[in-house]
Amino acid sequence: MSRTRIGRIGDGSRKLDSGSRFEISRSVPVLLPPALALLVALAAASLLVVAYGQSPLHVYRLFLDGTWGNAYGIGQVLFKATPLVFTGLSVALAFHAGLFNVGAEGQLTLGAFATGLVGAALPPATPAAIALPLAVGAGFCAGAAAGAVPGALKAWRGAHEVIVTIMLNFVILAELSDLGKRFYDRESVHTAHVVAGATLARAGAFFPSLRGSALSGAALLAAATAIAVWWLLQRTAAGFRLRAVGLGAEAAATAGISVARQTVIAMALAGGVAGLVGANAVLGYKGYYEEGFAGGVGFMGIAVALLGRNHPGGIVAAALLFGTLSQGGLAINAVVPKEIVEVLQAVIILAVAVSSATVRRQAAQLATGARA
Amino acid sequence: MRGILSGAFLLQALRISVPYVLAALGGVASERSGVINIALEGMLLVGAFGAAVGALASGSALAGLGAGVLAGVALAALYGLAVIRWRADQIVCGVAATLLALGATRYFLKVFYNSTSNSPRIPSTDGLGWAILVGAALLAALAEAGLRRTAIGLRLRAVGEHPEAARSVGVRVAPLRWLGVLLSGALAGLGGVWLAFDQHGFVANMSAGRGFIALAAMILGGWRPLGALGACLLFGGAEALQLRLQSSGMGLGAGTVQALPYLITIVALAVRGRASVAPRALGT
Repeated sequence: MSRTRIGRIGDGSRKLDSGSRFEISRSVPVLLPPALALLVALAAASLLVVAYGQSPLHVYRLFLDGTWGNAYGIGQVLFKATPLVFTGLSVALAFHAGLFNVGAEGQLTLGAFATGLVGAALPPATPAAIALPLAVGAGFCAGAAAGAVPGALKAWRGAHEVIVTIMLNFVILAELSDLGKRFYDRESVHTAHVVAGATLARAGAFFPSLRGSALSGAALLAAATAIAVWWLLQRTAAGFRLRAVGLGAEAAATAGISVARQTVIAMALAGGVAGLVGANAVLGYKGYYEEGFAGGVGFMGIAVALLGRNHPGGIVAAALLFGTLSQGGLAINAVVPKEIVEVLQAVIILAVAVSSATVRRQAAQLATGARA
Repeated sequence: MRGILSGAFLLQALRISVPYVLAALGGVASERSGVINIALEGMLLVGAFGAAVGALASGSALAGLGAGVLAGVALAALYGLAVIRWRADQIVCGVAATLLALGATRYFLKVFYNSTSNSPRIPSTDGLGWAILVGAALLAALAEAGLRRTAIGLRLRAVGEHPEAARSVGVRVAPLRWLGVLLSGALAGLGGVWLAFDQHGFVANMSAGRGFIALAAMILGGWRPLGALGACLLFGGAEALQLRLQSSGMGLGAGTVQALPYLITIVALAVRGRASVAPRALGT
């Protein structure tokens, strides 16, 4: 059996008509779809800019100046990329076990809420060495719980995780807007400020040129998490079991791996990693959990995982790209509507999805001879 | 509690249900042909935007209705191109189509009306809103009969259940899936038209998750038009009840009622378990 690579989100859970379609030899250029997508996006962007009566070159100049052109811009790009690394890894973790996690939005919201509550409930004098792990850990656990529910329903009841995670997003958001109120500061939609020990240091404290940027130690946590996820998946037995289920549930079961157990573990891990977003938004930035802070970061995680080919390194790169887009939107807003960037993000996702499907099909045809 | 079953209450429940019903019927059309559709939310949104632009540009509500439906069909065509023609992942493209709808409507809101929040007011909808309300109920009955009794309905279901078998008896799969997806765009677009007419204009992100409630209703209704209709009325009724209880200062929290449709659907999925009635070839 040749070594295979899964090239598409959700394949493992939705077995289709032929096995060969999922097998892509390593020789397929994995960078081709993202590169194509970027070209398409660039063309679409130019079109929208011209339609608005502006010069694309001028807008691109503003875009670059406002993002990678100065220290503050770089800091903001990294700040905006940080949550996307967590949600991208979350989607990828589930994906490697053959599952599709559309629930990162709800998981990260519940996680950040827990992070905010624990961070604020600690005694004011708690040292950082205790407060940070507790607050971050609470986020991980709450996110993991939110992920384990669809995992368990899938494992033992066969309920499709895509539907359950979509529904659970809304349940969590709606219930938090209701029950969460009891924990909010008076006349506000946010929880109390976390204790000093639970705040993550801003980058500006170490690098004066980054002062004013919201970049914090959470970016380091994101990088460390990416490395940890890579290590888990590629270097540990637990990660191998997870991937074995994703590559072929029946074969994994034959080899004595409990598919149900791996399903729950994968979804819990995915939820937990999404739950780390609170470190960035709560501990590193606002200092409290605020209603509606997520703003689609969970859904963008799907795009990040797709663009990053579900590889932690690729995910970091994709998160940086989407972080750049999001920060760049603000930089160009004076000249063209920043909504152009939202359109672009969607175009990139569509283009990557289409081009990876096409590349995968052609690779399958090459591998098996001309299949119809 | 007086007046819970009054005419005004029932009317409100119906009004809330209309976009759910239309989008859920769209979901049935697409998914029974085997194409997952989590882009309903985006289709509702572009439908509402198209309706506002059409009505404001022409001064005619009927033109607005046409433009809204067309906008829904256009987004559906893009989605179909990606997932039927190019066989890209349906969940990923569904998410992308909805993100595209969100971004594009806000972009054009700024371009056309120089606003980040809403379009100007649509002056009159000529009672077309009511026609859509009645139409939604008729469409549900029509869809049920069409799926069950017509040749094209049977073929649509066949390609959703077992495309190879359908192909082997000479039924062409792709055209039927296109039919299902484009119908879903037209129906969800019409749901969006209702939203814009009901609120007399377009508001950024005015679909506000309704497409996902419709998705839940479709699942709860067992992928059947009348089942979906029933689920939509249940969800709409619960929402109307919550609004009424809230205005009289009692009842459950708003969030809990909002969460109800989704919770019910999760429970139903868990109870039904592997004996799911989902079209067998969904997502292929």
